[in-house]
Amino acid sequence: MVALATYNQIENILALVKDPEIPVLSIADLGIIRRIETGEDGHPIIAITPTYSGCPATEVIEADIASMLKLHGITDFEIRMEISPAWTTDWITAEGRRKLAEYGVAPPANKGKAALLGQEEIACPQCHSKRTELVSEFGSTACKAQYRCLDCLEPFDYFKCV
Amino acid sequence: MTDKDMLFDYLLRLGDNSLILGQRLAEWCGHAPMLEEDLALTNIGLDLLGQARMFLSYAGEVEGNGRDEDRLAYFRDTKDWRNLLLLEQPNGDFAMTMARQFFFDSFQYLQFEALSNSTDERLAGIAAKSLKETTYHRRHSTDWIIRLGDGTDESHERMQRAIEALWGYLPEMFDMDAVDEAMVVDGIGADVAALRPEWDEYVNGVLTEATLTRPEDSWSVRGSREGKHSEHLGYILAEMQFLPRAYPDAKW
Repeated sequence: MVALATYNQIENILALVKDPEIPVLSIADLGIIRRIETGEDGHPIIAITPTYSGCPATEVIEADIASMLKLHGITDFEIRMEISPAWTTDWITAEGRRKLAEYGVAPPANKGKAALLGQEEIACPQCHSKRTELVSEFGSTACKAQYRCLDCLEPFDYFKCV
Repeated sequence: MTDKDMLFDYLLRLGDNSLILGQRLAEWCGHAPMLEEDLALTNIGLDLLGQARMFLSYAGEVEGNGRDEDRLAYFRDTKDWRNLLLLEQPNGDFAMTMARQFFFDSFQYLQFEALSNSTDERLAGIAAKSLKETTYHRRHSTDWIIRLGDGTDESHERMQRAIEALWGYLPEMFDMDAVDEAMVVDGIGADVAALRPEWDEYVNGVLTEATLTRPEDSWSVRGSREGKHSEHLGYILAEMQFLPRAYPDAKW
């Protein structure tokens, strides 16, 4: 067990690490921190999971976690990448969803397979109309799709459910 | 072959499929017919590259000769590659690229679904992760088959020509050799031959909706499992491998 003080301290430090592609979100908001635990020799292990297999932000996030911890005087730690269970947008926190919407990115709408199969109702992050249409399944990053609002006519990014 | 050799070979097949198709899609970067598609094709390529890295890293560990994902990607010659012949075929026009993508996505979706239940936990984890991405890929390529097939006279004709040009590469996806058989017996691999009926059902449904005609099974080519490739693979590798071979210690 990581000592409680250290655990809280690490958690607070990790909350300062932002997603490089969507800088309003912390990596905690994104739900990619899986665990903080203690290694055999007592150093903390931070287990993280990639969002998409090929997400180029993953390595940047790893480096950012390391430099943020070092900046706060923690030098003896290990970052471990775990792919199983696979990351899901269900792990994005309520706070994260709120921040996404404010930022102009529609947060993932539904949970589960219905969403993955495209039976989604996406609200416009600007005017909240539900009359929206898909422009492209793929947007500026792997995790986003492009939509357009049929009422306010604004194009917007939608954070896809996976 | 020992069990270890077989698992290594099996993982190379999975990794090479993703890597070679990903490399082909990357060729569209800056050239796709419209911006949204440029983004889509490169995003899909990136997913495939990520999958390839997971498979090849694992393959390198299984082999135990100190080869990592980069060593396997950049320092193997054509005869050591195990990707399906379909995936190394040139991009051609957009219809050809989409036909290749659609046939493979429909297959990969079923294969990853099966591999998610592998007794090999690491393989199951990679497959479960990749399946989510492949679900989107299949949706995307399915949409295009329907739009182009059931589109203008020209798009219909080009789409029909593309599926005919690639049809003979498809039976290879469902081949089972000694390695595949052994992997199935151990509960590690997928019985790809058994995926054929479900694949047919899905593909037939989409082709019908797209007003396209399913080609006759008149020809087929195979050989990737023994490292026998078309001439195209050599050109792909020449481009992909040039830098690390010319400057083996180069760092980003």
